[in-house]
Amino acid sequence: MRILSLAGRRLAASIPTLVLILIGVFLLLQFAPGDTVDAMMAQMGGGDAATAKELRKFYGLDLSIPAQLGNYLWRLVRLDLGFSSIYGKPVASVIIERLPPTILLMTASLSFAFFFGLLFGVIAARGVNRWPDTLISTLGLIFYATPSFWFGLMAIVVFSVYLQWLPPGGFEDIGTVRTGIWRMLDIASHLVLPTLTLGLIFLAIYLRIMRASMLEVLNLDYVRTARAKGLDETRVVTRHVLRNALLPMVTLIGLQAGTMLGGSVVVESVFSLPGLGRLAYESVVQRDLNTLLGIVFVSALLVISVNFVVDLIYARLDPRITAEG
Amino acid sequence: MSEHETILSLDRLSVRLPGGADRTHALRDVSLEIASNEIVCVVGESGSGKSMMANAVMRLLPNEVTIDDGRIMFEGRDLCAASMAEMREVRGDGIAMIFQEPMTALNPLRTIGDQIAEMFSIHTDLSKSEINTRVLALLADVRIPDSKVAAKAYPHELSGGQRQRAMIAMALALDPKLLIADEPTTALDVTTQAQILKLIRDLQQRRKTAVMFITHDFGVVAEIADRVVVMQHGVIVEQGTATEVLHHPQHAYTRQLIAAVPPLKAPPPRALAADNILTISDVSKTYRTGGFLGRGARVTPAVKNVSLTLPRGATLGIVGESGSGKSTLARCIVRLIDPDTGSIVLDGNDWAKMSREEVRRETQHIQMVFQDPFASLNPRRKAAELVAQGPIVHGAPRAKAIADAKALFALVGLDPSAGDRYPHEFSGGQRQRIGLARALALKPDVLVADEPVSALDVSVQAQVLKLLAELRQQLGLSIVFITHDLRVAAQICDLVAVMKDGAVVEHGLAGEVFGNPQHPYTRALLDSIPGGAFAREHKV
Amino acid sequence: MDAVKRYFRSPAAVAGLILLVIVIAMAISAGWFYPRDPLALAGRPLVWPFSNPRFLLGTDNSGRDIAAQIFYGARISLLIGGVATAIAILIGILVGAFAGYYGGWVDNVLMRITEAFQTLPNFVLLLVLVAVFGSTLTTVTIAVGVVSWPAPARLTRAEFLSLRNREFVQAGRTLGMKNIQLIFREILPNALPPVIVYASVVMAVAILLESALAFLRLSDPNVASWGNLIGLGRDVLRVQWYVSAIPGIAILVTVLAVSLVGQGLNDALNPRLKGR
Repeated sequence: MRILSLAGRRLAASIPTLVLILIGVFLLLQFAPGDTVDAMMAQMGGGDAATAKELRKFYGLDLSIPAQLGNYLWRLVRLDLGFSSIYGKPVASVIIERLPPTILLMTASLSFAFFFGLLFGVIAARGVNRWPDTLISTLGLIFYATPSFWFGLMAIVVFSVYLQWLPPGGFEDIGTVRTGIWRMLDIASHLVLPTLTLGLIFLAIYLRIMRASMLEVLNLDYVRTARAKGLDETRVVTRHVLRNALLPMVTLIGLQAGTMLGGSVVVESVFSLPGLGRLAYESVVQRDLNTLLGIVFVSALLVISVNFVVDLIYARLDPRITAEG
Repeated sequence: MSEHETILSLDRLSVRLPGGADRTHALRDVSLEIASNEIVCVVGESGSGKSMMANAVMRLLPNEVTIDDGRIMFEGRDLCAASMAEMREVRGDGIAMIFQEPMTALNPLRTIGDQIAEMFSIHTDLSKSEINTRVLALLADVRIPDSKVAAKAYPHELSGGQRQRAMIAMALALDPKLLIADEPTTALDVTTQAQILKLIRDLQQRRKTAVMFITHDFGVVAEIADRVVVMQHGVIVEQGTATEVLHHPQHAYTRQLIAAVPPLKAPPPRALAADNILTISDVSKTYRTGGFLGRGARVTPAVKNVSLTLPRGATLGIVGESGSGKSTLARCIVRLIDPDTGSIVLDGNDWAKMSREEVRRETQHIQMVFQDPFASLNPRRKAAELVAQGPIVHGAPRAKAIADAKALFALVGLDPSAGDRYPHEFSGGQRQRIGLARALALKPDVLVADEPVSALDVSVQAQVLKLLAELRQQLGLSIVFITHDLRVAAQICDLVAVMKDGAVVEHGLAGEVFGNPQHPYTRALLDSIPGGAFAREHKV
Repeated sequence: MDAVKRYFRSPAAVAGLILLVIVIAMAISAGWFYPRDPLALAGRPLVWPFSNPRFLLGTDNSGRDIAAQIFYGARISLLIGGVATAIAILIGILVGAFAGYYGGWVDNVLMRITEAFQTLPNFVLLLVLVAVFGSTLTTVTIAVGVVSWPAPARLTRAEFLSLRNREFVQAGRTLGMKNIQLIFREILPNALPPVIVYASVVMAVAILLESALAFLRLSDPNVASWGNLIGLGRDVLRVQWYVSAIPGIAILVTVLAVSLVGQGLNDALNPRLKGR
């Protein structure tokens, strides 16, 4: 109960952050050359000034900037993200269509990076400065330095072009209609390469943090107490080190949720996944500012919810947190 | 001790340090014996190798540190030759250990009961419910109130004393033959220390355990030891029964250590000036911690209506345990903290009413010396620069300030040429002298010293106290001296105020407060001083 | 001096420094080895590497020398990485120092802003900035710097929080120092080493961000940048994969070099934490 109220308070505290982001980006977009109406006119293949004026009036773009901002925020409260002139649909429905691939991709990458980061981090810390550690740490550094889009391209060359094991892109095979388990397997096979591509850099970060935090915890007094009790090394690690060493890693997930979402822009573009990230890219290229603002709002919401979950997990792991509340 | 069997014997034990340390061996040719039902105190200053000895017996030495000679005989076998698996059986079951800092020695993420129960699950086949019963019995044994609640508590939910009780319960879970206690009361307040010492004594006598008790404090030795081993630079310089060593020390180093223990007897009172340089009236400070929209806000009164006076040229000691508000009061006086109410009148000016900017311009009248000689000096500035900083801030030309700083070095007993060195190149005592010189550089009228000798070894402590007394005479300083150690207060203070929970419970002339305490808390404090009789009697 | 000695005792740190020096040398000597415009047509398109001694690393889809683009690309990566890092660290130190030192409402306001920047995915913000201000070399550099400051700000703030109540700072205050003196002359020098080490992480990320932007053709198209080349190579990926592969390796090596130097600096400046 205390945990929930703590996390709830953190959630409430993120509302001003959200408002700050929206106001900031909204004002920023006022500097953009051309507005939605310009984009629409371009889409329609040009039009006269009178039509443009008419349209501006219709969309409320002739009002002063504070008034427009007020209108926008008021519409947001009613969960109305506006209309995308490029897609000819409300922004909300465009985004909702694109959400599932991104969420699937992020969950898969995060699990992959977290699990293997944990595993390799522990192995490296246990054999510190010996060959497994050197190997893992070196690989970690190389993964960290690899540009994800390049890794994705090279993976396509190897696994799709030469070995032909996995599809080179897309979310599912649109040529054949599948249902149930077969559809899931098809989607999974499409997501293998994107997951590896997006997860690689985070794997590198997590293993480095896990290794460092294991080494730090191994030096603490209570680990000496555990040894003085007569525990063997394996049980010292599983019972006294692991949970303590996990704390910084859990914190990191929350801090990097945004980075990961940003990474999906590039990865989705490489693998032509119809997700939120690709939508962000398209709306920049097509100057669909309404959609771009909607994406900003939704991705901030996503990051905030990831942080909410992270707070809950952290409070479960660390009894000291609720005491400080 | 012939009626008892020998439990542990160290035979010419040597422990080698890795290259690059300040000496080659942490321990050299150490031989000693501990029998059942006796407490052997190992005494020494920091760096004497006393903790290294405890870790060597447990074979828990840091990675590059190795035992290179000698034997550790425990129950008929040499622990130096034992395999790791054999060592694991000895640890916890045959030899148990308690540590200095119970907060960090317990896993913060697991309950107390769980951590004690682990002792049984490692070494015995007892069932869950049996273990549970034993854990509760142990917690009751170490006199933790409400053992059921304590078993379910996490370490951060207990007080320091209770945590140390829990550590002791854990160590004694399997009735070990030998208990190694590494400075177990150093991090505790004096009244808690007295209780824990008594607890260890009681349990040891009941269970006939052999105890190796490591400490730096001769008061603790006088309180608890059957036999004493004195160490210096990794070598045993003297050992014998407690009475022999305390009252007829043979080795010069032992004599020096005992002489450095401040006796609990105030020196003859000095004449005090009639006028007060500092008058504190009704000062209060309350901390309010956050809380979202007022929820969960906590209000902690740190200082409550304190009124004290400091006669010109006198030294006022403020004594109390941790959390008594003595440090907050000190920081209110120099306005590092703004008091909520009350007045602090220094030479006719009310410091409590001045603005921050006025305080900044007037600071040369009142200066502070801090507790931690490592944290109180900016590591990136040279010593002379540190001392010259104050005058430079107040407008002195840099060259003159640096030259003056070097003169001050001589005054506080440092080599003036040492001004070009960085703080880490000095010892703890020398750093404290630099801190003192820094405060004196502004020629203050009042010096507020916050636990200035607590972080120092006893022999260094005595030197710094002596220096302070000399400077007081020489410069006509008035001093507010904050300390938790009544023996130190007795040495230097003309007046003493005892604080508890933010309020002054008793104040008066040092001789009267210590000789004829009125308030029960003052009496409790005095009774808690380890080795009370020894502290009162021993000669300087 | 001890720190320098410790640095050169680590083989990984020395290897990183050598790689970094090579990349810098490439950037400096680009005009000398390849005096012609690297984006000008040089020969037949899609020549494989090592098949024609005139084009050691081959040519891209429009017949431009890949080797020349790699050399000039080093300039762009280092320039953007370096300047963006300087911007991010400067903003980060200022925000972190004031937030950590003053606490209270100053901290509250500054941290809310920092949080806002961290809640918004940095690459999405980068896209917004580029969409609004265009994608010239200058705007891209500033944009990369502007999205990278929150992490150094948090680090600086954490250092300030732990240092501001140290006794040497309190001593400074009792000596009568002003807040500005305490912040910049007493606390900052002690807070700086971890921030400087962290700059290597910021620089690595900055180089990666710019190359990703260039890969999506949202960076300056008029300069030879590694990311641009990879994006170009994507069109011929199935057969002439080398067009994308070569600049990717250049990015990898540069980021690796920066990370290794950073780690070496960290170990050299904090010997206690070596191997972490």
